[in-house]
Amino acid sequence: MENNLDLIEILKQKVLWVRKETLLIHKIAQETRLASSLSDVEIFVVLYYGNILRFDPANTRWENRDRFIISKGHGAISLYPIFADLGYFDRKELGRVCKEGSFLGGIPDPSIPGFETINGSLGHGLGVACGISLALKKKDRNENVFVLLGDGELYEGSVWEAIMFAGHHKLDNLTLVVDNNKVCMLDYCKKILDLEPLDEKFKVFNWNVKIVDGHDIDQLCNALTSFKVERNDKPKVLIANTIKGKGVPSLETDSLSHIKVLKEDEIDTIIEGLK
Amino acid sequence: MKNEIKTMRDAFIEKVYNCMYKDKDIFFLSADFGAPKLDKIREQFQERFINVGIAEQNLINISTGLALEGFTVYAYAIAPFLTMRPYEQIRNLSLLLQIKKDNVNLNLIGIGAGLSYDVSGPTHHCLEDISIIRTLPNFTVFSPSDWSMAEKFVDYSIKVKKPKYLRFDGKPLPKIYSSFESADLEKGFYELARGDRLCIVSTGYMTHKALKVANELLNNKIDVGVIDMFILKPINEDLLFDFLKNYQYIITLEEGFINCGGLDSLIANILTNKNSKIILKRMGFKDRYVFEMGNREYLHKQVGLDERNILKTIKEVLA
Repeated sequence: MENNLDLIEILKQKVLWVRKETLLIHKIAQETRLASSLSDVEIFVVLYYGNILRFDPANTRWENRDRFIISKGHGAISLYPIFADLGYFDRKELGRVCKEGSFLGGIPDPSIPGFETINGSLGHGLGVACGISLALKKKDRNENVFVLLGDGELYEGSVWEAIMFAGHHKLDNLTLVVDNNKVCMLDYCKKILDLEPLDEKFKVFNWNVKIVDGHDIDQLCNALTSFKVERNDKPKVLIANTIKGKGVPSLETDSLSHIKVLKEDEIDTIIEGLK
Repeated sequence: MKNEIKTMRDAFIEKVYNCMYKDKDIFFLSADFGAPKLDKIREQFQERFINVGIAEQNLINISTGLALEGFTVYAYAIAPFLTMRPYEQIRNLSLLLQIKKDNVNLNLIGIGAGLSYDVSGPTHHCLEDISIIRTLPNFTVFSPSDWSMAEKFVDYSIKVKKPKYLRFDGKPLPKIYSSFESADLEKGFYELARGDRLCIVSTGYMTHKALKVANELLNNKIDVGVIDMFILKPINEDLLFDFLKNYQYIITLEEGFINCGGLDSLIANILTNKNSKIILKRMGFKDRYVFEMGNREYLHKQVGLDERNILKTIKEVLA
Protein backbone atom coordinates (compact mmCIF):
# COMPACT_ATOMS: atom_id res chain seq x y z
CA MET A 1 0.00 0.00 0.00
CA GLU A 2 1.37 3.41 -0.98
CA ASN A 3 0.75 6.21 1.43
CA ASN A 4 0.14 9.70 0.21
CA LEU A 5 3.55 11.32 0.43
CA ASP A 6 2.08 14.68 1.36
CA LEU A 7 0.24 13.10 4.27
CA ILE A 8 3.36 11.35 5.50
CA GLU A 9 5.24 14.61 5.41
CA ILE A 10 2.45 16.38 7.30
CA LEU A 11 2.44 13.65 9.94
CA LYS A 12 6.19 13.89 10.36
CA GLN A 13 5.87 17.61 10.98
CA LYS A 14 3.09 16.93 13.49
CA VAL A 15 5.31 14.46 15.30
CA LEU A 16 8.03 17.08 15.70
CA TRP A 17 5.52 19.61 16.93
CA VAL A 18 3.92 17.19 19.42
CA ARG A 19 7.36 16.23 20.80
CA LYS A 20 8.21 19.87 21.26
CA GLU A 21 4.87 20.65 22.95
CA THR A 22 5.23 17.60 25.19
CA LEU A 23 8.64 18.82 26.31
CA LEU A 24 7.19 22.26 26.96
CA ILE A 25 4.46 20.71 29.11
CA HIS A 26 7.08 18.82 31.05
CA LYS A 27 8.94 22.08 31.55
CA ILE A 28 6.01 23.58 33.45
CA ALA A 29 4.74 20.31 34.96
CA GLN A 30 7.64 18.20 36.11
CA GLU A 31 5.26 15.69 37.70
CA THR A 32 4.44 14.43 34.19
CA ARG A 33 6.02 11.22 32.95
CA LEU A 34 8.03 12.47 30.02
CA ALA A 35 9.87 9.38 28.75
CA SER A 36 6.68 7.31 28.57
CA SER A 37 4.91 10.16 26.76
CA LEU A 38 7.58 10.35 24.08
CA SER A 39 7.53 6.73 22.93
CA ASP A 40 3.91 6.91 21.76
CA VAL A 41 3.97 10.24 19.89
CA GLU A 42 3.94 8.71 16.39
CA ILE A 43 1.15 6.32 17.44
CA PHE A 44 -1.06 9.20 18.60
CA VAL A 45 -0.25 11.30 15.55
CA VAL A 46 -1.09 8.55 13.08
CA LEU A 47 -4.31 7.65 14.91
CA TYR A 48 -5.59 11.24 15.04
CA TYR A 49 -4.14 12.83 11.88
CA GLY A 50 -3.60 9.79 9.67
CA ASN A 51 -7.27 9.12 8.85
CA ILE A 52 -7.45 6.21 11.25
CA LEU A 53 -9.75 7.35 14.05
CA ARG A 54 -13.21 8.72 13.37
CA PHE A 55 -14.00 11.46 15.89
CA ASP A 56 -15.73 14.79 16.39
CA PRO A 57 -14.22 17.16 18.96
CA ALA A 58 -17.48 19.12 19.01
CA ASN A 59 -19.41 16.03 20.07
CA THR A 60 -17.31 13.75 22.25
CA ARG A 61 -20.20 11.30 22.63
CA TRP A 62 -20.93 11.08 18.92
CA GLU A 63 -22.31 7.61 18.38
CA ASN A 64 -20.35 7.06 15.16
CA ARG A 65 -16.97 7.82 16.72
CA ASP A 66 -14.32 5.17 17.00
CA ARG A 67 -13.65 4.48 20.65
CA PHE A 68 -10.04 5.03 21.67
CA ILE A 69 -9.17 3.72 25.11
CA ILE A 70 -5.86 4.92 26.45
CA SER A 71 -4.82 2.39 29.04
CA LYS A 72 -1.29 3.67 29.65
CA GLY A 73 -2.39 6.84 31.38
CA HIS A 74 1.10 7.76 32.52
CA GLY A 75 2.31 8.12 28.98
CA ALA A 76 -0.44 10.25 27.52
CA ILE A 77 0.81 13.78 28.09
CA SER A 78 1.72 13.87 24.41
CA LEU A 79 -1.97 13.65 23.62
CA TYR A 80 -2.69 17.02 25.25
CA PRO A 81 -1.26 19.12 22.41
CA ILE A 82 -3.07 16.94 19.88
CA PHE A 83 -6.39 17.38 21.66
CA ALA A 84 -5.85 21.13 21.88
CA ASP A 85 -4.92 21.29 18.20
CA LEU A 86 -8.01 19.32 17.20
CA GLY A 87 -10.27 21.60 19.23
CA TYR A 88 -11.23 19.37 22.15
CA PHE A 89 -10.21 22.27 24.38
CA ASP A 90 -8.48 25.64 24.17
CA ARG A 91 -4.75 25.70 23.44
CA LYS A 92 -4.12 27.94 26.40
CA GLU A 93 -4.92 24.97 28.65
CA LEU A 94 -1.53 23.52 27.64
CA GLY A 95 0.10 26.25 29.68
CA ARG A 96 -1.65 25.20 32.90
CA VAL A 97 -1.05 21.44 33.05
CA CYS A 98 -1.03 20.28 36.70
CA LYS A 99 -1.82 23.81 37.86
CA GLU A 100 -4.72 24.79 40.10
CA GLY A 101 -8.03 24.80 38.29
CA SER A 102 -6.72 22.92 35.24
CA PHE A 103 -8.39 19.73 34.07
CA LEU A 104 -5.13 18.53 32.53
CA GLY A 105 -3.23 16.56 35.15
CA GLY A 106 -0.15 14.40 35.31
CA ILE A 107 -2.37 11.49 34.34
CA PRO A 108 -5.39 12.16 32.12
CA ASP A 109 -8.90 11.20 33.17
CA PRO A 110 -12.34 11.32 31.58
CA SER A 111 -13.02 14.85 32.80
CA ILE A 112 -10.86 15.82 29.80
CA PRO A 113 -13.07 16.15 26.71
CA GLY A 114 -12.29 13.24 24.40
CA PHE A 115 -10.98 10.82 27.04
CA GLU A 116 -13.21 7.78 27.20
CA THR A 117 -12.34 6.00 30.46
CA ILE A 118 -10.31 5.87 33.64
CA ASN A 119 -6.70 4.97 32.98
CA GLY A 120 -4.60 6.01 35.97
CA SER A 121 -4.19 2.56 37.38
CA LEU A 122 -2.74 0.20 34.81
CA GLY A 123 -4.20 -2.87 33.17
CA HIS A 124 -7.85 -1.83 33.00
CA GLY A 125 -8.24 -0.40 29.52
CA LEU A 126 -8.29 -3.56 27.45
CA GLY A 127 -11.05 -5.24 29.48
CA VAL A 128 -13.32 -2.20 29.28
CA ALA A 129 -12.52 -1.93 25.57
CA CYS A 130 -13.56 -5.58 25.11
CA GLY A 131 -16.92 -4.73 26.71
CA ILE A 132 -17.33 -1.78 24.35
CA SER A 133 -16.33 -3.90 21.31
CA LEU A 134 -18.87 -6.51 22.31
CA ALA A 135 -21.55 -3.85 22.79
CA LEU A 136 -20.89 -2.38 19.33
CA LYS A 137 -21.11 -5.84 17.77
CA LYS A 138 -24.38 -6.57 19.56
CA LYS A 139 -25.73 -3.29 18.22
CA ASP A 140 -24.50 -4.18 14.69
CA ARG A 141 -22.39 -1.07 14.55
CA ASN A 142 -19.18 -0.87 12.55
CA GLU A 143 -17.12 1.55 14.62
CA ASN A 144 -13.65 0.46 15.66
CA VAL A 145 -12.30 0.23 19.17
CA PHE A 146 -8.64 1.11 19.57
CA VAL A 147 -6.63 0.61 22.74
CA LEU A 148 -3.17 1.86 23.64
CA LEU A 149 -1.35 -0.25 26.18
CA GLY A 150 2.18 0.00 27.47
CA ASP A 151 4.23 -3.18 27.40
CA GLY A 152 4.74 -2.93 31.17
CA GLU A 153 0.97 -3.19 31.60
CA LEU A 154 1.16 -6.71 30.25
CA TYR A 155 2.34 -7.76 33.70
CA GLU A 156 -1.21 -7.15 34.99
CA GLY A 157 -3.20 -10.40 35.08
CA SER A 158 -6.41 -8.59 34.15
CA VAL A 159 -4.90 -7.78 30.74
CA TRP A 160 -4.57 -11.49 29.98
CA GLU A 161 -8.14 -12.14 31.10
CA ALA A 162 -9.14 -9.61 28.44
CA ILE A 163 -6.77 -11.01 25.79
CA MET A 164 -8.34 -14.43 26.31
CA PHE A 165 -11.86 -12.97 26.18
CA ALA A 166 -11.27 -10.98 22.98
CA GLY A 167 -9.85 -13.99 21.16
CA HIS A 168 -12.67 -16.28 22.23
CA HIS A 169 -15.40 -13.78 21.35
CA LYS A 170 -13.80 -12.95 17.98
CA LEU A 171 -13.75 -9.21 18.66
CA ASP A 172 -12.49 -8.20 15.23
CA ASN A 173 -13.57 -4.58 15.69
CA LEU A 174 -10.86 -4.28 18.34
CA THR A 175 -7.31 -3.12 17.65
CA LEU A 176 -4.76 -3.08 20.43
CA VAL A 177 -1.59 -1.06 20.02
CA VAL A 178 1.19 -2.07 22.38
CA ASP A 179 3.69 0.73 22.91
CA ASN A 180 6.57 -1.68 23.24
CA ASN A 181 9.16 0.68 24.70
CA LYS A 182 10.68 -2.15 26.70
CA VAL A 183 11.24 -0.20 29.90
CA CYS A 184 9.17 -0.24 33.09
CA MET A 185 9.63 2.10 36.03
CA LEU A 186 12.69 0.45 37.54
CA ASP A 187 14.30 -1.50 34.75
CA TYR A 188 14.15 -3.07 31.31
CA CYS A 189 11.21 -5.47 30.99
CA LYS A 190 13.61 -8.10 29.73
CA LYS A 191 15.34 -8.03 33.11
CA ILE A 192 12.18 -7.80 35.24
CA LEU A 193 10.14 -10.55 33.58
CA ASP A 194 10.78 -11.18 29.93
CA LEU A 195 7.62 -10.60 27.86
CA GLU A 196 9.06 -12.07 24.66
CA PRO A 197 8.09 -13.67 22.40
CA LEU A 198 5.16 -11.28 22.61
CA ASP A 199 3.81 -11.91 19.11
CA GLU A 200 3.67 -15.64 19.73
CA LYS A 201 1.76 -15.11 22.96
CA PHE A 202 -0.94 -13.11 21.16
CA LYS A 203 -1.10 -15.61 18.30
CA VAL A 204 -1.88 -18.53 20.57
CA PHE A 205 -4.71 -16.47 22.08
CA ASN A 206 -6.17 -16.19 18.56
CA TRP A 207 -5.16 -12.64 17.74
CA ASN A 208 -3.89 -11.21 14.44
CA VAL A 209 -0.47 -9.74 15.03
CA LYS A 210 1.57 -7.12 13.20
CA ILE A 211 4.93 -5.77 14.34
CA VAL A 212 6.16 -2.36 13.25
CA ASP A 213 8.75 0.22 14.09
CA GLY A 214 6.62 2.48 16.26
CA HIS A 215 8.52 5.58 15.17
CA ASP A 216 8.07 4.88 11.45
CA ILE A 217 5.05 6.83 10.23
CA ASP A 218 4.74 4.87 7.03
CA GLN A 219 4.71 1.50 8.78
CA LEU A 220 2.23 2.70 11.40
CA CYS A 221 -0.10 4.12 8.74
CA ASN A 222 -0.05 0.93 6.70
CA ALA A 223 -0.63 -1.36 9.64
CA LEU A 224 -3.39 0.69 11.27
CA THR A 225 -5.14 1.38 7.96
CA SER A 226 -5.35 -2.30 7.17
CA PHE A 227 -6.37 -3.28 10.72
CA LYS A 228 -9.10 -0.65 10.64
CA VAL A 229 -10.96 -2.34 7.80
CA GLU A 230 -9.97 -5.93 8.55
CA ARG A 231 -12.81 -8.12 9.87
CA ASN A 232 -11.82 -11.77 10.05
CA ASP A 233 -13.07 -13.00 13.41
CA LYS A 234 -9.88 -12.11 15.25
CA PRO A 235 -8.92 -9.18 17.44
CA LYS A 236 -5.85 -7.36 16.21
CA VAL A 237 -2.69 -6.29 17.95
CA LEU A 238 -0.05 -3.98 16.62
CA ILE A 239 3.20 -4.37 18.49
CA ALA A 240 4.88 -1.02 17.98
CA ASN A 241 8.54 -1.28 18.86
CA THR A 242 9.44 2.06 20.32
CA ILE A 243 12.13 3.80 22.31
CA LYS A 244 11.24 5.13 25.69
CA GLY A 245 12.15 8.81 25.84
CA LYS A 246 12.43 9.00 22.03
CA GLY A 247 14.12 12.22 20.96
CA VAL A 248 15.87 12.84 24.26
CA PRO A 249 19.27 11.09 24.24
CA SER A 250 19.66 11.10 28.03
CA LEU A 251 16.32 9.33 28.41
CA GLU A 252 16.75 6.89 25.54
CA THR A 253 19.67 5.20 27.26
CA ASP A 254 18.47 5.28 30.86
CA SER A 255 16.70 2.30 32.40
CA LEU A 256 15.24 4.67 34.98
CA SER A 257 13.94 7.12 32.37
CA HIS A 258 10.34 6.66 33.52
CA ILE A 259 10.87 8.70 36.63
CA LYS A 260 13.49 11.06 35.26
CA VAL A 261 12.81 14.79 35.33
CA LEU A 262 14.60 17.04 32.85
CA LYS A 263 16.04 20.42 33.80
CA GLU A 264 14.66 23.48 32.03
CA ASP A 265 17.83 24.32 30.12
CA GLU A 266 18.17 20.70 29.00
CA ILE A 267 14.65 20.87 27.62
CA ASP A 268 15.47 24.08 25.73
CA THR A 269 18.54 22.49 24.18
CA ILE A 270 16.59 19.40 23.12
CA ILE A 271 13.82 21.48 21.56
CA GLU A 272 16.46 23.43 19.62
CA GLY A 273 17.83 20.22 18.23
CA LEU A 274 14.53 18.50 17.34
CA LYS A 275 14.41 17.68 13.65
CA MET B 1 -48.91 -19.18 48.55
CA LYS B 2 -48.21 -18.15 52.10
CA ASN B 3 -44.65 -17.65 53.25
CA GLU B 4 -42.95 -19.51 50.47
CA ILE B 5 -39.27 -20.16 51.10
CA LYS B 6 -36.99 -19.01 48.28
CA THR B 7 -33.54 -17.70 47.59
CA MET B 8 -33.23 -14.00 46.84
CA ARG B 9 -31.25 -14.78 43.71
CA ASP B 10 -33.90 -17.03 42.20
CA ALA B 11 -36.64 -14.47 42.87
CA PHE B 12 -34.49 -11.71 41.41
CA ILE B 13 -33.22 -13.66 38.40
CA GLU B 14 -36.67 -14.94 37.47
CA LYS B 15 -37.92 -11.37 37.30
CA VAL B 16 -34.87 -10.30 35.28
CA TYR B 17 -35.56 -13.19 32.92
CA ASN B 18 -39.10 -11.94 32.36
CA CYS B 19 -37.84 -8.39 31.80
CA MET B 20 -35.31 -9.60 29.22
CA TYR B 21 -38.16 -10.55 26.86
CA LYS B 22 -39.33 -6.98 26.43
CA ASP B 23 -36.14 -5.09 27.32
CA LYS B 24 -33.55 -6.02 24.71
CA ASP B 25 -30.88 -3.88 26.39
CA ILE B 26 -30.36 -6.19 29.37
CA PHE B 27 -27.17 -8.23 29.59
CA PHE B 28 -26.43 -10.83 32.26
CA LEU B 29 -22.78 -11.69 32.90
CA SER B 30 -21.48 -14.32 35.27
CA ALA B 31 -18.04 -15.28 36.54
CA ASP B 32 -18.90 -18.95 36.01
CA PHE B 33 -21.44 -18.90 38.81
CA GLY B 34 -24.97 -20.21 38.41
CA ALA B 35 -28.40 -20.52 39.97
CA PRO B 36 -31.34 -22.78 39.14
CA LYS B 37 -33.26 -19.88 37.61
CA LEU B 38 -30.22 -18.64 35.71
CA ASP B 39 -30.41 -21.70 33.45
CA LYS B 40 -33.47 -20.18 31.79
CA ILE B 41 -31.55 -17.01 30.90
CA ARG B 42 -28.61 -19.06 29.65
CA GLU B 43 -30.86 -21.05 27.35
CA GLN B 44 -33.30 -18.40 26.20
CA PHE B 45 -30.97 -15.42 25.86
CA GLN B 46 -27.68 -16.90 24.71
CA GLU B 47 -26.77 -13.65 22.95
CA ARG B 48 -27.13 -11.66 26.13
CA PHE B 49 -25.76 -14.09 28.69
CA ILE B 50 -21.99 -14.13 28.91
CA ASN B 51 -19.89 -16.34 31.13
CA VAL B 52 -16.52 -14.59 31.39
CA GLY B 53 -15.00 -17.53 33.24
CA ILE B 54 -13.56 -17.41 36.73
CA ALA B 55 -12.26 -13.90 36.09
CA GLU B 56 -13.90 -11.33 38.33
CA GLN B 57 -11.67 -8.47 37.20
CA ASN B 58 -12.67 -9.05 33.61
CA LEU B 59 -16.30 -9.49 34.70
CA ILE B 60 -16.34 -5.89 35.95
CA ASN B 61 -14.35 -4.48 33.04
CA ILE B 62 -16.43 -6.17 30.33
CA SER B 63 -19.60 -5.14 32.15
CA THR B 64 -18.36 -1.56 32.39
CA GLY B 65 -17.73 -1.46 28.65
CA LEU B 66 -21.23 -2.77 27.91
CA ALA B 67 -22.77 -0.33 30.38
CA LEU B 68 -20.85 2.60 28.85
CA GLU B 69 -22.51 1.77 25.54
CA GLY B 70 -25.92 2.07 27.16
CA PHE B 71 -26.79 -1.48 28.13
CA THR B 72 -28.28 -2.46 31.49
CA VAL B 73 -25.82 -4.96 32.90
CA TYR B 74 -26.00 -7.50 35.72
CA ALA B 75 -22.62 -8.84 36.84
CA TYR B 76 -23.05 -11.94 38.93
CA ALA B 77 -20.61 -13.81 41.21
CA ILE B 78 -20.02 -15.02 44.75
CA ALA B 79 -20.13 -11.92 46.99
CA PRO B 80 -16.65 -11.95 48.55
CA PHE B 81 -15.01 -12.64 45.19
CA LEU B 82 -17.16 -10.11 43.33
CA THR B 83 -16.33 -7.31 45.75
CA MET B 84 -12.75 -8.02 46.72
CA ARG B 85 -10.89 -9.50 43.74
CA PRO B 86 -11.89 -6.67 41.38
CA TYR B 87 -12.09 -3.87 43.94
CA GLU B 88 -10.06 -1.49 41.81
CA GLN B 89 -12.21 -2.17 38.75
CA ILE B 90 -15.24 -1.34 40.90
CA ARG B 91 -13.53 1.81 42.14
CA ASN B 92 -12.86 2.84 38.55
CA LEU B 93 -16.56 2.46 37.92
CA SER B 94 -17.28 4.78 40.82
CA LEU B 95 -14.82 7.31 39.40
CA LEU B 96 -16.22 7.00 35.90
CA LEU B 97 -19.79 7.52 36.98
CA GLN B 98 -18.97 10.84 38.53
CA ILE B 99 -18.01 12.10 35.07
CA LYS B 100 -20.50 10.18 32.90
CA LYS B 101 -23.46 10.67 35.18
CA ASP B 102 -26.25 9.41 32.99
CA ASN B 103 -24.74 6.48 31.25
CA VAL B 104 -23.59 3.63 33.46
CA ASN B 105 -26.13 1.11 34.66
CA LEU B 106 -24.14 -1.71 36.15
CA ASN B 107 -25.62 -3.92 38.84
CA LEU B 108 -23.21 -6.09 40.78
CA ILE B 109 -25.00 -9.06 42.25
CA GLY B 110 -23.06 -10.74 45.03
CA ILE B 111 -24.38 -14.05 46.31
CA GLY B 112 -23.53 -15.32 49.75
CA ALA B 113 -23.73 -12.33 52.09
CA GLY B 114 -22.36 -12.88 55.58
CA LEU B 115 -22.15 -16.52 56.57
CA SER B 116 -24.37 -17.90 53.80
CA TYR B 117 -21.55 -20.21 52.76
CA ASP B 118 -21.11 -21.41 56.32
CA VAL B 119 -19.19 -24.65 55.82
CA SER B 120 -17.06 -23.34 52.96
CA GLY B 121 -14.91 -21.51 55.46
CA PRO B 122 -13.57 -18.00 55.87
CA THR B 123 -12.60 -17.39 52.22
CA HIS B 124 -16.30 -17.69 51.38
CA HIS B 125 -17.62 -15.79 54.39
CA CYS B 126 -18.43 -12.25 53.29
CA LEU B 127 -17.81 -9.95 56.24
CA GLU B 128 -16.17 -6.93 54.62
CA ASP B 129 -18.35 -6.07 51.63
CA ILE B 130 -20.64 -3.51 53.26
CA SER B 131 -17.81 -1.35 54.51
CA ILE B 132 -15.62 -1.54 51.41
CA ILE B 133 -18.35 -0.85 48.87
CA ARG B 134 -20.07 1.74 51.05
CA THR B 135 -16.89 3.81 51.05
CA LEU B 136 -17.08 4.27 47.26
CA PRO B 137 -18.88 7.42 46.11
CA ASN B 138 -21.79 7.12 43.70
CA PHE B 139 -22.70 3.54 44.66
CA THR B 140 -26.01 2.22 45.91
CA VAL B 141 -25.73 -0.70 48.34
CA PHE B 142 -28.80 -2.93 48.56
CA SER B 143 -28.98 -5.59 51.28
CA PRO B 144 -32.45 -7.14 51.30
CA SER B 145 -33.77 -9.33 54.06
CA ASP B 146 -36.19 -11.37 51.97
CA TRP B 147 -36.81 -12.51 48.42
CA SER B 148 -39.91 -10.41 47.84
CA MET B 149 -37.83 -7.30 48.37
CA ALA B 150 -35.09 -8.63 46.09
CA GLU B 151 -37.70 -9.22 43.40
CA LYS B 152 -39.08 -5.70 43.76
CA PHE B 153 -35.58 -4.30 43.28
CA VAL B 154 -35.45 -5.48 39.64
CA ASP B 155 -37.57 -2.59 38.34
CA TYR B 156 -35.52 -0.14 40.37
CA SER B 157 -32.27 -1.60 39.05
CA ILE B 158 -33.39 -1.04 35.47
CA LYS B 159 -34.83 2.40 36.06
CA VAL B 160 -32.02 3.94 38.13
CA LYS B 161 -28.96 4.09 35.89
CA LYS B 162 -26.19 4.02 38.47
CA PRO B 163 -23.73 1.42 39.72
CA LYS B 164 -25.27 -0.68 42.44
CA TYR B 165 -24.12 -3.47 44.67
CA LEU B 166 -26.77 -6.04 45.52
CA ARG B 167 -25.79 -8.39 48.33
CA PHE B 168 -28.02 -11.43 48.47
CA ASP B 169 -28.14 -14.15 51.08
CA GLY B 170 -27.26 -17.54 49.65
CA LYS B 171 -29.80 -19.61 51.57
CA PRO B 172 -33.53 -20.02 50.90
CA LEU B 173 -35.41 -17.90 53.42
CA PRO B 174 -39.06 -17.20 54.21
CA LYS B 175 -40.68 -13.89 53.40
CA ILE B 176 -40.63 -11.17 56.03
CA TYR B 177 -42.74 -8.66 54.16
CA SER B 178 -46.31 -9.60 53.25
CA SER B 179 -46.82 -6.70 50.89
CA PHE B 180 -43.58 -4.92 50.15
CA GLU B 181 -44.14 -2.06 47.75
CA SER B 182 -41.63 -0.60 45.35
CA ALA B 183 -42.28 2.79 46.89
CA ASP B 184 -40.90 1.48 50.19
CA LEU B 185 -37.55 0.86 48.51
CA GLU B 186 -36.62 4.51 48.25
CA LYS B 187 -36.86 4.93 52.03
CA GLY B 188 -34.12 2.33 52.54
CA PHE B 189 -35.35 0.88 55.84
CA TYR B 190 -38.49 -0.41 57.48
CA GLU B 191 -39.53 -0.46 61.11
CA LEU B 192 -40.84 -4.00 61.41
CA ALA B 193 -41.65 -3.70 65.10
CA ARG B 194 -42.06 -0.67 67.31
CA GLY B 195 -40.43 -1.15 70.69
CA ASP B 196 -40.22 0.62 73.96
CA ARG B 197 -36.68 1.52 75.05
CA LEU B 198 -34.51 -0.59 72.78
CA CYS B 199 -34.35 -1.18 69.03
CA ILE B 200 -32.44 -3.77 67.05
CA VAL B 201 -31.11 -2.48 63.75
CA SER B 202 -30.17 -5.26 61.36
CA THR B 203 -29.67 -6.10 57.70
CA GLY B 204 -30.09 -9.16 55.48
CA TYR B 205 -30.26 -12.53 57.19
CA MET B 206 -29.84 -11.02 60.64
CA THR B 207 -33.23 -9.33 60.37
CA HIS B 208 -34.79 -12.82 60.56
CA LYS B 209 -32.88 -13.36 63.76
CA ALA B 210 -33.81 -9.94 65.12
CA LEU B 211 -37.49 -10.75 64.64
CA LYS B 212 -37.11 -14.07 66.46
CA VAL B 213 -35.38 -12.36 69.35
CA ALA B 214 -38.04 -9.65 69.47
CA ASN B 215 -40.80 -12.26 69.58
CA GLU B 216 -39.03 -14.15 72.31
CA LEU B 217 -38.73 -10.98 74.37
CA LEU B 218 -42.36 -10.19 73.78
CA ASN B 219 -43.19 -13.41 75.66
CA ASN B 220 -41.32 -11.88 78.59
CA LYS B 221 -43.30 -8.67 78.17
CA ILE B 222 -40.29 -6.79 76.80
CA ASP B 223 -41.07 -4.70 73.74
CA VAL B 224 -38.05 -4.17 71.49
CA GLY B 225 -38.14 -2.49 68.11
CA VAL B 226 -36.72 -3.94 64.91
CA ILE B 227 -35.53 -1.79 62.03
CA ASP B 228 -34.55 -3.60 58.85
CA MET B 229 -31.95 -1.69 56.86
CA PHE B 230 -32.06 -2.74 53.22
CA ILE B 231 -30.37 0.20 51.52
CA LEU B 232 -27.04 0.87 53.19
CA LYS B 233 -26.10 3.63 50.80
CA PRO B 234 -27.34 6.27 50.22
CA ILE B 235 -28.89 6.91 53.63
CA ASN B 236 -31.55 9.44 54.44
CA GLU B 237 -30.14 10.30 57.85
CA ASP B 238 -32.94 12.65 58.92
CA LEU B 239 -35.64 10.15 58.11
CA LEU B 240 -33.85 7.27 59.80
CA PHE B 241 -33.05 9.32 62.89
CA ASP B 242 -36.74 10.17 63.25
CA PHE B 243 -37.21 6.48 64.04
CA LEU B 244 -34.00 5.92 66.00
CA LYS B 245 -34.66 8.83 68.34
CA ASN B 246 -37.64 7.04 69.86
CA TYR B 247 -35.23 4.72 71.65
CA GLN B 248 -32.69 4.90 74.46
CA TYR B 249 -30.68 1.94 73.27
CA ILE B 250 -29.81 0.60 69.84
CA ILE B 251 -28.25 -2.76 69.11
CA THR B 252 -26.83 -3.32 65.65
CA LEU B 253 -26.77 -6.88 64.43
CA GLU B 254 -24.72 -7.93 61.42
CA GLU B 255 -22.75 -10.80 59.96
CA GLY B 256 -19.79 -8.55 59.35
CA PHE B 257 -16.81 -6.98 61.08
CA ILE B 258 -17.82 -4.29 63.56
CA ASN B 259 -16.06 -0.94 64.10
CA CYS B 260 -14.89 -1.03 60.48
CA GLY B 261 -17.45 0.87 58.42
CA GLY B 262 -20.30 -1.63 58.29
CA LEU B 263 -23.88 -1.31 59.51
CA ASP B 264 -22.78 -0.45 63.06
CA SER B 265 -20.56 2.37 61.85
CA LEU B 266 -23.33 3.72 59.68
CA ILE B 267 -25.65 3.99 62.69
CA ALA B 268 -22.88 5.33 64.93
CA ASN B 269 -22.20 8.10 62.40
CA ILE B 270 -25.83 9.15 62.40
CA LEU B 271 -25.95 9.23 66.21
CA THR B 272 -22.78 11.33 66.29
CA ASN B 273 -24.00 13.70 63.59
CA LYS B 274 -27.23 14.23 65.50
CA ASN B 275 -25.49 14.72 68.87
CA SER B 276 -27.62 11.89 70.14
CA LYS B 277 -27.30 10.40 73.61
CA ILE B 278 -28.69 7.06 72.48
CA ILE B 279 -26.45 4.22 73.67
CA LEU B 280 -25.20 1.98 70.85
CA LYS B 281 -24.21 -1.65 71.28
CA ARG B 282 -22.61 -3.27 68.23
CA MET B 283 -22.98 -7.01 67.65
CA GLY B 284 -21.08 -8.70 64.86
CA PHE B 285 -17.65 -10.10 64.13
CA LYS B 286 -14.78 -8.89 66.25
CA ASP B 287 -11.39 -8.52 64.58
CA ARG B 288 -11.05 -12.21 63.74
CA TYR B 289 -12.02 -14.70 61.02
CA VAL B 290 -13.87 -17.89 61.86
CA PHE B 291 -12.19 -21.16 60.90
CA GLU B 292 -14.39 -23.37 63.11
CA MET B 293 -16.51 -25.77 61.07
CA GLY B 294 -20.26 -26.05 61.39
CA ASN B 295 -23.54 -24.67 60.12
CA ARG B 296 -24.59 -21.05 60.36
CA GLU B 297 -26.11 -21.45 63.81
CA TYR B 298 -22.98 -23.12 65.09
CA LEU B 299 -20.83 -20.31 63.68
CA HIS B 300 -23.13 -17.73 65.24
CA LYS B 301 -22.48 -19.33 68.61
CA GLN B 302 -18.73 -19.02 68.03
CA VAL B 303 -18.98 -15.27 67.51
CA GLY B 304 -21.83 -14.46 69.87
CA LEU B 305 -24.53 -13.87 67.27
CA ASP B 306 -26.70 -16.74 68.50
CA GLU B 307 -30.16 -16.01 69.85
CA ARG B 308 -29.24 -16.81 73.42
CA ASN B 309 -26.36 -14.35 73.45
CA ILE B 310 -28.37 -11.65 71.75
CA LEU B 311 -31.14 -12.08 74.35
CA LYS B 312 -28.59 -11.99 77.14
CA THR B 313 -26.99 -8.84 75.73
CA ILE B 314 -30.34 -7.09 75.41
CA LYS B 315 -31.33 -7.98 78.96
CA GLU B 316 -28.00 -6.69 80.24
CA VAL B 317 -28.40 -3.44 78.35
CA LEU B 318 -31.92 -2.96 79.68
CA ALA B 319 -31.05 -3.95 83.26
